[in-house]
Amino acid sequence: MILTLERRPERSQWMAVLSPLLAVTLTAIVGAVIFAAQGIHPGRALYVYFIDPLTTSWSLEELAVKSSPLILIGVGLAVCFKAKVWNIGAEGQLTAGALAGAAVPILLPTFQSPPVLAVMIVLAIAGGALYGAIPALLKTRFGANEILTSLMLVYVAQLLLDWLVRGPWRDPNGFNFPQSAAFEGWQVLPHLGDGRLHLGIVFALVAAMVLSVVMDRTLKGFEIKVIGAAPRAGGFAGFSANRTVWFCFLLSGALAGVAGLCEVAGPSGHLQPVVSPGYGFTAIIVAFLGRLNPLGVVLAGVVLGLSYLGGEGAQIDLGVSDKTTQVFQGILLFFILACDTLILYRLRWRAAAARG
Amino acid sequence: MSTALLAAHQVSKRFGDFTAVDAVSLTLHAGEIHALLGENGAGKSTLVKMFYGSLQPTAGEILWRGAPLRVDNPAQARALGIAMVFQHFSLFEALTVSENIALALPPGPSLADLSARIEALSQDYGLPLTANQVVADLSVGERQRVEIIRCLLQEPAVLIMDEPTAVLTPQEADQLFDTLRRLAAEGCAILYISHRLAEVRALCHHATILRHGRVVADLDPAAETADSLAELMVGTSILAQDKSMSSTATDGLAVLAVRDLSVPADGPFGVALQHIDLTVKAGEIVAIAGIAGNGQSELFNTLSGECLSTPGAVTIDGQVCGDWPVSRRRALGAAFVPEERLGHGAVPDLPLSENVILTRHASDRDLARGGFVNSRAAAALARRVAAAFDVRKSRPDPEARALSGGNLQKFVIGRELDRAPRLLIVNQPTWGVDAGAAAVIRQALIALAADGAAVLMISQDLDEIFAVADRVAVIARGRLAPARPVTDISRRDIGLLMAGLPAQAAS
Repeated sequence: MILTLERRPERSQWMAVLSPLLAVTLTAIVGAVIFAAQGIHPGRALYVYFIDPLTTSWSLEELAVKSSPLILIGVGLAVCFKAKVWNIGAEGQLTAGALAGAAVPILLPTFQSPPVLAVMIVLAIAGGALYGAIPALLKTRFGANEILTSLMLVYVAQLLLDWLVRGPWRDPNGFNFPQSAAFEGWQVLPHLGDGRLHLGIVFALVAAMVLSVVMDRTLKGFEIKVIGAAPRAGGFAGFSANRTVWFCFLLSGALAGVAGLCEVAGPSGHLQPVVSPGYGFTAIIVAFLGRLNPLGVVLAGVVLGLSYLGGEGAQIDLGVSDKTTQVFQGILLFFILACDTLILYRLRWRAAAARG
Repeated sequence: MSTALLAAHQVSKRFGDFTAVDAVSLTLHAGEIHALLGENGAGKSTLVKMFYGSLQPTAGEILWRGAPLRVDNPAQARALGIAMVFQHFSLFEALTVSENIALALPPGPSLADLSARIEALSQDYGLPLTANQVVADLSVGERQRVEIIRCLLQEPAVLIMDEPTAVLTPQEADQLFDTLRRLAAEGCAILYISHRLAEVRALCHHATILRHGRVVADLDPAAETADSLAELMVGTSILAQDKSMSSTATDGLAVLAVRDLSVPADGPFGVALQHIDLTVKAGEIVAIAGIAGNGQSELFNTLSGECLSTPGAVTIDGQVCGDWPVSRRRALGAAFVPEERLGHGAVPDLPLSENVILTRHASDRDLARGGFVNSRAAAALARRVAAAFDVRKSRPDPEARALSGGNLQKFVIGRELDRAPRLLIVNQPTWGVDAGAAAVIRQALIALAADGAAVLMISQDLDEIFAVADRVAVIARGRLAPARPVTDISRRDIGLLMAGLPAQAAS
């Protein structure tokens, strides 16, 4: 008996729903095996990782704080990937948005009035979108592969940030620490409640809802789906592939820019050499786990947010390396992509004799 | 004609619940040209793949010189002396003839030796080839010669040919028949797959007719008429096209006018369009005949607006529109059906209710108002098209990929006809479509023209052109010969024009 893949006549609807759940389950199993190999009781490890963070109201708020940038970026990437526009550089667009937005409090610390936050957000949108426009231009004008260009631009943005916070934008009263002056007053995102929860979660949920309507109900969403699924049919319908590349990069860049601003004007309140623990990359996993559906991305954002939170908990309670989080995320992406095969194919046992 | 070389004995092949080949028996004798006839989906290809080792039978056995045989893979089949020329060639365009052939042979002879053998053999069989020519420069007929010579170099005992004349001019086909007759005379057994009945009657000694995976007849084709063979293939007598309803008025207004249209080739393997002139009037069907790859796709894309030309080169309904994109041309009342159904005319992964939006969003305000898609109107439209054209489907709203070729083609054409267009441009309307669906589609084109629309039909099928069209123009290497009434031109002349030669004045 050998296991073979057999193409289904149509895409399986219920596998499309089941595949992310299957991927999460398989990830948990492999994770348990890894913990057991390290001599840690797998049941306890999985509890610390995935259950413990859900048990206190403090950690639930923290979960929302971690999930909101993932959702905000993830919904933009879901639209990109639906169009088969491979924006891998959301981390760079996030950094560019954070820099553009942070320019206001750093360069004009005395600009203190209600509109300042709005100006910062608009600048962050523009910064992220413009940074996304670079790979879009290179692709539509010169045919450069956007996977490479968008990814390489991440490191450019990060080095620019690093230079700014160690150089021109360093806090003059900061004892030479590589960070900017703290944002104050109107320059900080309003908090919801008394914890660290801030306006970012609202932005994330609104973006998810709006994009859900765009993708399901509008001609624009239809255009994106068609260009991704069959570019020639898209051209036949009168849609432009280049216009779609621009739309996707500007949209996902803008959303990543907002996420970047929410990080610096929210939890941290100043610029540091590192503004994100890889949200822009993790959001790629979020987009796929959410089946490239904006509402699915909300759920997936919470799952991946949990992996960050659980990773911190595991560091403290179990004494494992903080790299464990990345291992978990990598295994999860692997299983998501593998399980998606089952939407178009089914597994069949076949008598080995049939092929001699 | 005595030795049984290759035989199938009660062979069946099942894919899941579907039986593609059902207890088929067939015997191939040395020196025989044996036709395998059947509609698309009758099981011809599946049967042949079992002979060639690409598939294994679920039940029954294959006999080789009277003894049971397992053919595990094509390499084993080739070693036994079974060779096959596929309908879709597997040649590397950037390599030369001899390099392509060397790739398929076991390593050994030097390229120079091989080239000499290729040229000698090809001369000998009347299929002249130049061994160091690059395949990209060859016509489709010449490419087929490469495939045939590649087989002959292995001195096969059985040669399987899958619809070899589909891509040939009548003259090229005649030359191929001479070669096949000579091979048969030398003792080779030839299994000849086709659905062109006239050539089967002229060429083959024996015919096995398949329908729905079963043998329905085993006969001598020369003793039958083309009609009786067609009836056996299809199961019922097929509808003859009724052209009586077509309008005879030839003074209709020009709905499509193409004036001195030239478009440079897109890439090294594209075809440049050169000085094309063409007029299609209201109420008439104009056909463009030609062998695949002579500029038909380029012409279609330029007329649809997927590729743009100089403004004045294309006029639709009096409006100069050579630089207008496809949606604006549709708004003028034009409708288009491309050759590729999946991936060009329809999105494989989307349901029919979304595929209707593809070509209708700009012309039907109901479908997309204010940027929002009206999915209820789209679903109603999909149902209407499916009902009007008898599109058979397993679920109410399946994905396009789940439909059979004929049903999807009916849907793609029905989607455009439902708009009652002023102008329909269709590329290969019945390519790879079963006879029943083809009859429905051809009748619909005639009815559309009778209602006063102009129809431009690009087709490789001369039978179809003579059944449907009022005038025919032949395209060869990107140049279009002037259109002539179908009553006024012979198949032979069309054949000459297809080969890029001038038609003889008095035919």
